[in-house]
Amino acid sequence: MTTVHEPRTSPEVGGIGHSVLRKEDDRFIRGAGNYLDDLNLPGMLHMAILRSPVAHARINSIDSSAAMEIEGVLAVITGEALEAHGLAWMPTLSGDTQAVLATDKVRFQGQEVAVVIATHPYIAHDALSHIDVDYEELEAITSPQQSLATSTLIRDEKEGQTDNVAYTWEAGDQDSTDAAFAAAARVVSLDTHYPRSHPAPLETCGVVADVNSITGQATIYMTSQAPHAIRTVFALVAGLPEEKIRIITQDIGGGFGNKVPVYPGYVVATAASLLIGKPVKWIESRTENLISTGFARDFHMHSELALDGNNRITAMRANILSDQGAFFSDAQPTQFRAGLFHICTGSYDFPSAHVTAKGAYTNKAPGGVAYRCSFRVTEASYLIERLVDNAAHEVGIDPADFRALNFIREDQFPYLSPTGFVYDSGNYHGAMDKAKEMIGYDAWRARQAEQNSDPDATKLIGIGVASFTEVVGAGPSRQYDILGLKMFDSAELRIHPTGKAILKLGVQTQGQGHETTFAQIVAEELGIPYSDIKVMYGDTDNTPYGLGTYASRSTPVGGAATAVVSRKIRAKAQKLAAHLLEAAEEDLDWEPGKFTVKGTDQSVTIQDVAFAAYTNHPVGMEAGLEGVTYYDPPNMTYPFGTYIVVAEVDTGDGTWKVLEMVAVDDCGVRINPMIVDGQITGGLTEGFAKANMQWITFDDDGNCIGSNFMDYLVPTAWETPRYQLGETVTPSPHHPIGAKGVGESATVGSPAAFTNAVIDALWSRGVSNIDMPVLPHRVWGALNGVEVSP
Amino acid sequence: MQITVNINGASETRDVEPRRLLVDFIRSDAGLTGTHIGCDTSSCGACTVLLDGRPVKSCTVLAVQADGSEVKTVEGLAEGGELHPVQAAFKQHHGLQCGFCTPGMMLVGSALLEDNPDPTDEEVRWAISGNICRCTGYMNIVTAIQAAGGEGS
Repeated sequence: MTTVHEPRTSPEVGGIGHSVLRKEDDRFIRGAGNYLDDLNLPGMLHMAILRSPVAHARINSIDSSAAMEIEGVLAVITGEALEAHGLAWMPTLSGDTQAVLATDKVRFQGQEVAVVIATHPYIAHDALSHIDVDYEELEAITSPQQSLATSTLIRDEKEGQTDNVAYTWEAGDQDSTDAAFAAAARVVSLDTHYPRSHPAPLETCGVVADVNSITGQATIYMTSQAPHAIRTVFALVAGLPEEKIRIITQDIGGGFGNKVPVYPGYVVATAASLLIGKPVKWIESRTENLISTGFARDFHMHSELALDGNNRITAMRANILSDQGAFFSDAQPTQFRAGLFHICTGSYDFPSAHVTAKGAYTNKAPGGVAYRCSFRVTEASYLIERLVDNAAHEVGIDPADFRALNFIREDQFPYLSPTGFVYDSGNYHGAMDKAKEMIGYDAWRARQAEQNSDPDATKLIGIGVASFTEVVGAGPSRQYDILGLKMFDSAELRIHPTGKAILKLGVQTQGQGHETTFAQIVAEELGIPYSDIKVMYGDTDNTPYGLGTYASRSTPVGGAATAVVSRKIRAKAQKLAAHLLEAAEEDLDWEPGKFTVKGTDQSVTIQDVAFAAYTNHPVGMEAGLEGVTYYDPPNMTYPFGTYIVVAEVDTGDGTWKVLEMVAVDDCGVRINPMIVDGQITGGLTEGFAKANMQWITFDDDGNCIGSNFMDYLVPTAWETPRYQLGETVTPSPHHPIGAKGVGESATVGSPAAFTNAVIDALWSRGVSNIDMPVLPHRVWGALNGVEVSP
Repeated sequence: MQITVNINGASETRDVEPRRLLVDFIRSDAGLTGTHIGCDTSSCGACTVLLDGRPVKSCTVLAVQADGSEVKTVEGLAEGGELHPVQAAFKQHHGLQCGFCTPGMMLVGSALLEDNPDPTDEEVRWAISGNICRCTGYMNIVTAIQAAGGEGS
């Protein structure tokens, strides 16, 4: 049932459903945030990285003698030096290996070749130009198709690697799918490329490594979305004892998936600090960020949909070729090499699907990270929503009606998808109906019919619909791990004698507002005001182990852990309350913040109980009111929504603009509606960017085009559309507070809505696909039947 | 060469390399880390400060160019412990998430409101179009700046 929940707690307590203002804002609005580059340790040195100017070359020699002559330069470190310590290569989070500093070959433009350690960042960067590297250039492989066809081996150092295939993977059932296609009344196909993009958080990546040469203690300050996992990887890579590694992540200026992997810069800075005995800082430049760390997407997708004579979908086939770059350095769960792409059956009810995926090494930067996305869900959602839209147009049914005809119905949940997911809950018709009503769908269709029917019209209206379903919150330990680390998450809660609390998390905020929303979960469960709860994270010495924040897993997993640990504490509090009230436990009623003896006005507050836990605990009970929980989710959560975009396309110059957009999201129970809305408007803008302007491409020599914010476009306030937001609430039945996660929904769901709007405008002019970004010259070319450069 | 820059009312005299960027002077020499660096190409505006009252991207100004000038950074927005209306409005209207662009956005907003206390949505968007935010989608930033204007007028 779709209902909007009224808060159970008072605004002062600020539990679930209150749009309380963010606790973290006070420091940010005063310029008192603690971002990595704000950290300066005594005696700290600075590192700059020499990167390859070419995409594929053998390294004949590196001469760093001139750089060493420069005053202020303390060291130049090359791959050869690291090799002596077994550190020239490191494992990736996807179980591949990646060069820390190149030894044999460089495999992409921008690859790390050497570093300079100097007393000042300007000196370190100056010295880079004094390092002489002799490169012998090799064929640059710049597409996955070329990669699979060539005999040139990119990963020739890798034992047993005889081709350029990084992985293969499949899901679903081929036989039943083939049979459905053989019996289909109509088959609709779509070939599309989801282009390479970059999360590009406004703060780039960086590290300050401080290894104490006497104690061996390594304190590593890092921009990491997953500090605990990184600590373990560091222990494995560097052979450092794990108890002597402390990863500290302070405020992060946005992450979006960019700050999940381990990057060579982190490892070399740590090695340099170990070698020199002083703290070493490395801060990525924007160009380094865009050309070397954490690209996303780059999926070439072939897909087909089988329809029966009643326009019901009966099966889907998809065949994916992903461009992995030089190293398979995504952070995909071990069992899911193409992430959770098999959510590509989307919001639709049909029995058969078969998906195959192959990843190819190319001479491009490694990545494939989940950019604001739960492991390739974005690509999957884009594909099915584009495919369904084209199917609707081909059969001549309104795209919203075609979706409604094929949606999984509310009474079918839990729903087993043909690729094996068990959707926990949903109400797709509800979200669609709400979105149509909000935007005035029928009126827009009428206006479109009128305006577009004029054969001389130069402004065409298009209405784009996308009804996405995500799968987030990795994940149940039987299926989900990264490098063997199960994807549970944790919360530790300490209630102090005065009733104030500290909550320590294994997840890691990057701007999502965890200091506020996680305090609100405790407030909901215990009735302690959210303002009395300090939320801590990002220090591996002082927080419980967790896999971090990405793939919309904070609320589904860490939020669940927070609710469960709060309930554990409430159970103990009830025993304490019974002791204080001299009543039986089962005779107590609970309302947030207070135990009352049934049928009386005798009560104690949670604060009274907390004080008693340290001053008056009963004989036979442990003192204190603290707990820790490691939450292993029983299932993933499945946020969904319907987005509708009205766009106007200028047939003269191919530009298009958004006239109106409605986004109806159902992320289950909303903890802080204000913060949820902020996540959505931000995510919609990142989706708009991809549809409208943004991509990273390469020339035939493997030169990266898109290495700064003048080439890799990020929308400003001027280009960004205005949005209207709506909600339905279908709580997750298995999540302790019914929440599902929302940080990524809009980035996942919106690109197809924007693209569909443009295609919807142009369908009657014979245009059935334009790949993102839907740039003006592509629109113009498609309209005029002219092949244009990409 | 020796320069003197008045930052948030305090005079900073330093010997700097001619090539030293104003943003590095502010962050490293004056120790005011509220001004951020986001792109190095004057595209993102995270390093925006007010130079003699005008917003500039301090990654594209040499420190020596600021000799004898007054610079206001985010740390100088609040006066006497009292938040500037723009600061209060950014919190009130959820105009920030990760906080990295926020100092630049607030300074541009404050400069806009000096000239135009009641800007339209379009006027705010144009004013902040040199500043990138990756988190919010801008709607709440625009609302915050407009609300701060309403408060001041």
